[in-house]
Parts: sequence; C-alpha cells; structure tokens
Amino acid sequence: MMRRWPVVGVLIAAAFALSCVGDAGAQATKQPIRIGFGMALTGGLAANGQGALLAMQIWRDDVNKAGGLLGRPVEFTYYDDQTNGSTVPGIYTKLLDVDKVDLVVSGYGTNLIAPAMPIVMERKLLFMGLFGLGNNEKHKYSRYFQIAPNGPNPAGSFSEGFFELAARQNPKPKTTALVGDDAEFPQHALVGAREHAKRLGIQVVYDKTYPPSTVDYTPIVRAIKATNPDIVFVASYPPGSTGMILAAQEVGLEPKMFGGGMVGLHFTSLLTKLGPKLNGIVDYGFWVPEPTMKSPGVEAFLQKYQPAAVKAGVDPLGFYLPPWAYAMMQVLGQAIEATKGLDQQKLAEYIHAKEFDTVVGKVKFGPDGEWLKHRTVAMQFQNIKGNDVEQFRQPGKQVVLWPDEFKSGNLIYPYSAARK
Amino acid sequence: MFSLDLFLNALVAGVLLGGFYAAVSLGISIAFGLLDVVNIGHPIFVILGSYAAFVLNDAYGLDPLLSGVLFAPVFFLIGVVVYQVYYLSFERKGESPLRGLVFFFGLLFIIEVALLLKFGVDYRLIEAPYIGRSIHIGEVGIAFRLLVPCVVGLLMTLAITQFLSRTFYGRAIKGVAQDSLALRLMGIDPVRIKTIAFGLGIATASVAGALLIMISPVEPSIGRAYIGRVFAIAVLGGLGSIGGTLTAALILGIAESLTATFSGPSWSLAVSFGILLLVLAVRPAGLFGR
Repeated sequence: MMRRWPVVGVLIAAAFALSCVGDAGAQATKQPIRIGFGMALTGGLAANGQGALLAMQIWRDDVNKAGGLLGRPVEFTYYDDQTNGSTVPGIYTKLLDVDKVDLVVSGYGTNLIAPAMPIVMERKLLFMGLFGLGNNEKHKYSRYFQIAPNGPNPAGSFSEGFFELAARQNPKPKTTALVGDDAEFPQHALVGAREHAKRLGIQVVYDKTYPPSTVDYTPIVRAIKATNPDIVFVASYPPGSTGMILAAQEVGLEPKMFGGGMVGLHFTSLLTKLGPKLNGIVDYGFWVPEPTMKSPGVEAFLQKYQPAAVKAGVDPLGFYLPPWAYAMMQVLGQAIEATKGLDQQKLAEYIHAKEFDTVVGKVKFGPDGEWLKHRTVAMQFQNIKGNDVEQFRQPGKQVVLWPDEFKSGNLIYPYSAARK
Repeated sequence: MFSLDLFLNALVAGVLLGGFYAAVSLGISIAFGLLDVVNIGHPIFVILGSYAAFVLNDAYGLDPLLSGVLFAPVFFLIGVVVYQVYYLSFERKGESPLRGLVFFFGLLFIIEVALLLKFGVDYRLIEAPYIGRSIHIGEVGIAFRLLVPCVVGLLMTLAITQFLSRTFYGRAIKGVAQDSLALRLMGIDPVRIKTIAFGLGIATASVAGALLIMISPVEPSIGRAYIGRVFAIAVLGGLGSIGGTLTAALILGIAESLTATFSGPSWSLAVSFGILLLVLAVRPAGLFGR
C-alpha cells in the first residue's frame, strides 16, 4: 500500500503539469494580435487622423465582438506622429523593436507613409497604406498595399477628373495654372496634373509651389491672375486650401475651373465655415452622399461611426477618410483569417491574389499595391447656402461629375456661374 | 511677367502682411528684447487668443477684433502669473535665461494639449462680414482680411511705443532693460516692472490671435510655424526696439510678398531669412539695436 503513494504522487504531479501546459497553451493561443501604427492625432492632418483612428477602433471592436482573428483578440499600439514625418521612423522602430507588434499599418497621408517605407522594406513587412499618393511608385515594394482608390497611376488619377472635365468644355480651355504646397502629396498631385495638361494640349502658364507655412496667399493668386489661365489646379493642404479660396475671391481670380486637389474641403469644420464660398470649386473625392455612389457598406459603417464621432469630438460627417480606414483593416483581417497566420509573405501574396469585400465595396489590388482600377471622382460644390452642417448630408451639394459611371449632375461652368 | 500694377499690389500686400507680423511679434520684442526672457511659447498665447476669438465668434457672432480687445486684460493677468512662476523658478535663482527656454517650451506644449483636449484637432475659422471682401484703389486691391490686421498691428505698435516713452511704467520698463540695479536704487521694484511688461507682451497676443484667425484657419499646433518668424523679426529689428520690430516685420512682409509674386512663393522664406543673415552680418545688433 505504501508503495502506491509515489505512483499516485507522480500521477497527480503529471496531471497538474499537464493542466499547466494546457493553460499555457490556451493562453498562448489567446495572446492578442497586436497591430501598430503612427497616426496624425495632432498637427495639420489630425482632423482626418483622429477620424481614421476612430474608424480603425470600430473595426477592432467589431472583430473582437465576433471572436477576434484566429480566435485571438486584436489590440492596437499607436502613437501620435504629430503630422510630422520626422517622428515616423522613431515610431515604427519602437513599435517593432520595443513594443514587438505583430503587424504594422501606416498612419494617414502620403507625407507620413513615405518615412515609414524604408523601415518596413528593410524588414520585409507587410504594409497597409492609408491614403498615400504614389508612395510606392519608385520603391515597387511588393508587400505594400494602399487603400485609397487611386489606381495604377496614382499621381495621374488624382487630377484626371479635373482635366478630363476641362477638356470636355466647349471651347476647350487652352491654359492652366498649377500651384501647390511644397510637400510630398501635392508634389505628386502636380506631377499628375502636368501629365494631363500635356496629354490634353493645355498649356501650363504658371507652375509653382509655396511653403506650407505661407500666411498670405494673395501675392500667389495675383501672380496666377497675371498669367490669365483658363483653369487653375490647386494641390493643397487645409491651410493652403482655405488661403487660396479666400485670396481668389478677394483678388477676383475667376478662372473657368478652380480647385482639383484641395485637401481639407472634406473636413466638416472647413465645410461649414467656408459654406457658400465653396460653390463652384471642383475637387477630388472618394465617396460623397450622392445617389450614384450609394453604398450599403459605407452607409452601415457611417451609422456606427457618426454617433461615435460626435461623442469623440472628431469629424462628425466622416465621408472622406473613415470608411477607407475601416476597409483597410478589413482587408488585413480577411487576409489573416484566410492565411491562418501572421506570416508577412503569405499575407502579402494573399492580398495580391484575392479580391476583398469591404465597406467601400470590392477591393482588388494591382502589382504595385494600388487599386487595380481607380475610383477617384471629381465633384463640384454646388448650391451651398449658409453654414449648416446638415446640408452636407444631402445629395446635390457635392455633385459627382466624373467618371460617368458615378456622375450625379452637371458641371456648372464657368466657375463664376456657380458662385452666383 | 513684371508689371507696375502687379508690383504695387505685391508691395501693398507686403505692407499688410508686415503689419500683421508686427502684431504677432510685439510680445516677443517686449519679452525677449526688453526683459531678456526667451519666451519661445509666445506663439501659443497667440493661438490661445485665436481660440478665444473663435469661441465668442461662434457662440455670439462677436467680431474677432472685439474679442481680442476684451480678452486682453485676461491675457495680461495670465502673463503676470506666468512671469511670477518663471521668476520664482529661474530668474530669482540666477539661472541663465536660456534655462527658461525649457520652461516656455513646456508651457507651449501644455497649452497646446489643453487646446487639443478642449477644442479637438479641427481647423477653426471665424465668420465676419469683411472676410473674403476687398476694396480697390485704382489697380490695387486690398483684402479687408489683411487690412484690419495691418491697421491694428500698426496701432498696437504706436500705442506701445507711446506707452514706453511717455508713461512712468513705460520708462521704467525701458529702464529695467538697461540697468535693473539702477532702477532698484531709484526705489522701483524691477520684478514688478518686469511682471507688468511681460503681462503687456502676453496681452498683445490676445489681439494678435484674433488677427491671425481672421487671416487663416487655426488648429492648436499651428503656433509652432510662427516661432521662427517672430524671433527673426525681433532680432532683425534689434532687440528691445519696438519701432525696429515694426520695420523688420514690414521688411519681411514685403520681401515675402515680392518674392511670392515675381520669383515663386517657395523662395519667400529663404529670401526673408537671407535678409536676416545679411543684416546681422553687417549689424549684429539688428537694424535698431544698440
């Protein structure tokens, strides 16, 4: 009898050890999937960056409510990049070396994606990009995927609608002025604008950039006016967009078309404050509440986003960036589930190969990580009265003019006619 | 592309811009030039002034300029408190003014974060009937959005110059800049005088902020873009010279405007800072510095 006790003890100890191993195994499988990124939470692009973060958090919560990815909860580790590219390398190095995140995605915008590219390329990481314009044009990095629907010629697609619309007018405009911020995104947009002007036989009579810290835009607008261009393409960030619009009105610059690549006109705060001053401006867009762009996915997403945005004090409309931020994470999530792991190469190969169902519709990436087919639209602000935010939820205020498959109205031409 | 009307317009735009720059730089000229306090956080007080104007404009439709004037006494008191903290923490202990740089940097970030928490990150603009309108005198167009800041900037400069040269406190402030010990021997408390002067400098930020939000949209971190400019103006004008600050502001404004018009705006800052370097090479104390 006495001899049985050691056996029983061994069995108990083994059972305990096995239970511990079992627990540890279960714990291991329950380890969260950690996704890291920098985001513009302060600085010039923060109005959009905060909205993007909220959208990504909504995706994370949706995923976790549904049981996580691969049975593991999803966690974010993120830092404020202050809309300052010089902070980005440090942020991503910390995310990878100190925080040891499983995956990284980009922050918002071309200028903040560019400084992260060398780091992710060196480490051969999958990198989802959020609204980068032409960040991979030179790198041709096979594990980069960008969610804005710029298509295979990002710089060109951005201004294509503006110039195609101009070329359709009778008589066709003969001259254009090109102006924009001295920064990564506007520079890319201006490259595309030059290509289109050349292709369509429109002569460039003014082609300059200005420092982002410019205070007074009236000398720039006067110099443009002196060249008497038929159309004016502006690639600007929010302060530049506002400054150019106000200066154009004060100086009396009235080309036949004005706008093109003005960031910030999608921010609710500027939409409402500029109000009727926006009438007539043609700008790019990705989604606006027009009947031709009806999308159950976007509308369902906005129903979740808008109350949360009001609560969080971020962009309450959320038409511009948040649905795309959510879609970017959906692509990543679907790829993780399908490949059943976090292998960067397998994930990249899968994303290249497959088409994804997202809130913004079907997404298929081309070899350079941009959308296979572009879906950037040109729209015109029309019939804006007063400064009420509710009007921007209605169709007919941001009328889609191009491409034809999304066209919801006609261009009011020339610019001055829309401002009456 | 040169034409006389383009040149005149560029010149007028430069003067208007210079007047605004003067308004923004006055506080730095007082703190850095007269008191030897490196208040690198001055631009955030300007931004605070912009938000004060925004709040009253948004809630009650109050003209931003009126808000700037109404808030000036409040800003004066803020300046008094800030200087007292700075004095007790650094100046009284005989610390180098450069040590105070850290204090004002910290203050800049604290106020910036407080604005972020309160107002969020959205760009804020104000509405006023004269924004977006302009008058034309012959071939020259003048935007009210820039005319008002220029006129107010000039008036502020004139008022501060008069205050400094014609009042007891003004002369005492100039005295403390030259020899605070001599001032003490005359029975005047230099700390009290410096407190008043610093408060006055911060009070100008209330009006300058209201002028800023008339010209361009504002978000909490935008003040950082002005740090280089305002210090350049104060140094170019000559530390402690209010008239010099106005002259320097006008020079930089005109240089920016002419460059933007005729050579391309991307050169405007380079030309402005080139002028600064050139002047400092010839006159290290600045245009009107002693």
